[in-house]
Amino acid sequence: MKVRAQFAFVFNLDKCIGCHTCSVTCKNVWTNRKGVEYAWFNNVESKPGIGYPKQWENQEVWKGGWELKNGKLELKSGSRMNKLLNIFANPDLPEIDDYYEPFTYNYAHLQNARLSEATPTARPMSQVTGETMEKIKWGPNWEDDLAGEFHKRAKDKNMDKIQKEIYSQFEHTFHMYLPRICNHCLNASCVAACPSGSIYKREEDGIVLVDQDKCRGWRMCISSCPYKKVFYNWESGKAEKCIGCYPRVESGMPTVCSESCVGRIRYNGIMLYDADRIEELASIENEQDLYEAQCKIFLDPNNPAVIAAARAEGINDDWIEAARKSPIWKMAMDWKIAFPMHPEFRTLPMVWYVPPLSPVQSQIDQGNLPVGPDGAIPVSGTMRLPVQYLANLLTAGKTAPIESALNRMIAMRSYQRSVHVEGVADTRALEAAGITEAQAKEMYRYLAIANYEDRFVIPTGHTEESLNDAYGFQGQNGFTFGNDTSAGVSKITLFPRRRKETVEPKTLAPNGDRS
Amino acid sequence: MSLHNFLYGVYPYIALSVFLLGSWLRFDREQYSWKSDSSQLLSKANLRLGSNLFHVGILAIFGGHFVGLLTPHSWFRGLGVSDMTHQMIAIWAGSIFGIMCLIGGVILWLRRMFNARVSAASRGSDKFVLTWLLVTLLLGLSTIPVSIGHASHDNPEVMIALAEWVQSIVYLRPNPALLENIDTVFKVHLFFGMTVFLVFPFTRLVHVWSAPFGYVGRPYQVVRSKSVKG
Repeated sequence: MKVRAQFAFVFNLDKCIGCHTCSVTCKNVWTNRKGVEYAWFNNVESKPGIGYPKQWENQEVWKGGWELKNGKLELKSGSRMNKLLNIFANPDLPEIDDYYEPFTYNYAHLQNARLSEATPTARPMSQVTGETMEKIKWGPNWEDDLAGEFHKRAKDKNMDKIQKEIYSQFEHTFHMYLPRICNHCLNASCVAACPSGSIYKREEDGIVLVDQDKCRGWRMCISSCPYKKVFYNWESGKAEKCIGCYPRVESGMPTVCSESCVGRIRYNGIMLYDADRIEELASIENEQDLYEAQCKIFLDPNNPAVIAAARAEGINDDWIEAARKSPIWKMAMDWKIAFPMHPEFRTLPMVWYVPPLSPVQSQIDQGNLPVGPDGAIPVSGTMRLPVQYLANLLTAGKTAPIESALNRMIAMRSYQRSVHVEGVADTRALEAAGITEAQAKEMYRYLAIANYEDRFVIPTGHTEESLNDAYGFQGQNGFTFGNDTSAGVSKITLFPRRRKETVEPKTLAPNGDRS
Repeated sequence: MSLHNFLYGVYPYIALSVFLLGSWLRFDREQYSWKSDSSQLLSKANLRLGSNLFHVGILAIFGGHFVGLLTPHSWFRGLGVSDMTHQMIAIWAGSIFGIMCLIGGVILWLRRMFNARVSAASRGSDKFVLTWLLVTLLLGLSTIPVSIGHASHDNPEVMIALAEWVQSIVYLRPNPALLENIDTVFKVHLFFGMTVFLVFPFTRLVHVWSAPFGYVGRPYQVVRSKSVKG
């Protein structure tokens, strides 16, 4: 057993309202730079839909993630040798139009247009070429709230094995939001695909990072990530990805996307896992067993043997304590209501999702759904959002765990309703769903109230332990005697430099006080 | 010093010194700028064809020059390779890989110059170095008819003189006189070729140094500690 700690997430889709605050705060902090205008480390998709980039879930197109070849785990995009043979041009790389051509608007024209009958307009302008764009044809969230035609959205890979046509009818339409970031996988395929070895997983917290100095721009990570969450910065020529907001996390703060979530749907916490079992559990043959397999890799932070082994690996007691209080553990392991997205990609992702109940509660309340003897839990298969769709997204198509999770969430609501409305605790639904009263109370606290200190249990990064001389570091950072903390700004340089930060309108705005 | 002696006695050392020291300094001080600088994300059309033809062609040409010019004459003799065989191999391999490289290079050049996105995202050095490589390549290809002319008279002397000159540079006994009687097209090609080494550290060409052969023997997962203790 080799115990490692992983900084992990749960997103409660039941409460996501699709407001994109997470995306916007993330963009403002990390990707408002030239070359990554098109890159959204965090994005929110409307499902069903083909998503961002187009069809990212369809690995027959992009060859992301892992597959079993003769029982052995191999990158779906090919062997190491195959990567080297294709290094001059990656056959599976998305083109920028698969994301969208980044654009801004020519705002300067609003200020410097000549006097005219018609109000001047700010026309869209490509952020790559600086040219005016006649028509914007795709964007980062083109399918927002089921925009577009059904047959295009229905190319969503999760609609496989579902009778699609019925859901094209207005009265049977269903919809959910899917916020996505890098999954900081335990068996990351981007790391495995990097010819330079520049992508790595941090031993202390499992955050996956790209060493910007070592990246040579071979682009294999971009296509090998099945979630398409590694981006190519076309200005710097380097791979960039979600950094798990590590500077914040190291100081005990949640990621920007999590902190700013208005729906309080995001949970950050620590999970302990057995690094020796990664390959074994990612190689389970039946795809539908991969969700349970990943549950087996997690180590119970209350088990004395695990605690002793964690200490032996140098994991601090406050991290072990954080793992015990981890909201991730509660939702994934204790209540079994959170699931990894697309476990069939075999990367062991560490952003887990609580499936949405869809508008099911009001239907139950109105008596529109047939319910079981407990009077609360709808009969399987009667919910608006097809369970098979959620299962295709979260459990490689296995519906039983999803149904059980939804039932538990409904039972918790039914129980709370009985307590608060009728004044009598009715536990029939809890029993049917297989959870205790104590669990239901705690679920209510975490899911409905979702206090800050319950959502975010983040131990600090112990910088003092990773430095040779923590005392010497104090009062020195940023003022070393070398140029290691400076980009070395100099007007005269022999080597290719960055160009101007942003594309500017061809015609510049005049100074306001002159005309 | 005559221009000839400067170009073929001194310039090679300037070019090679800048090539080696420049690469080292850039790797040491500006590693963030060390990359292949791919534009594949911006335009995929024809890139696979163009890039593969160009890269395979140019690497084979480099290897051919390296082996053909640096192998001592006595070794070829020892291996039983006659001068005429050597010259015919050079002509054939040069033609095949040269044309591969040319087709690929032209595809890449057209894309770099005329694809709006790729052109906008290109630095001046990107456009310059690709053009320079293509001109060098065209000069190299235009030496082939001259070589065929020499071969038809069973005359390997120019080829031997070129190899002797390259080896005189490497052994630090520069002898520009060896090149005095060779055809002008070879001399111009040599100047363009040496200049590639001169500009190498200041362009995207540095990514050649980073060919990732180590990947074949590496474990898939890479884990690094934050710790700077050591």
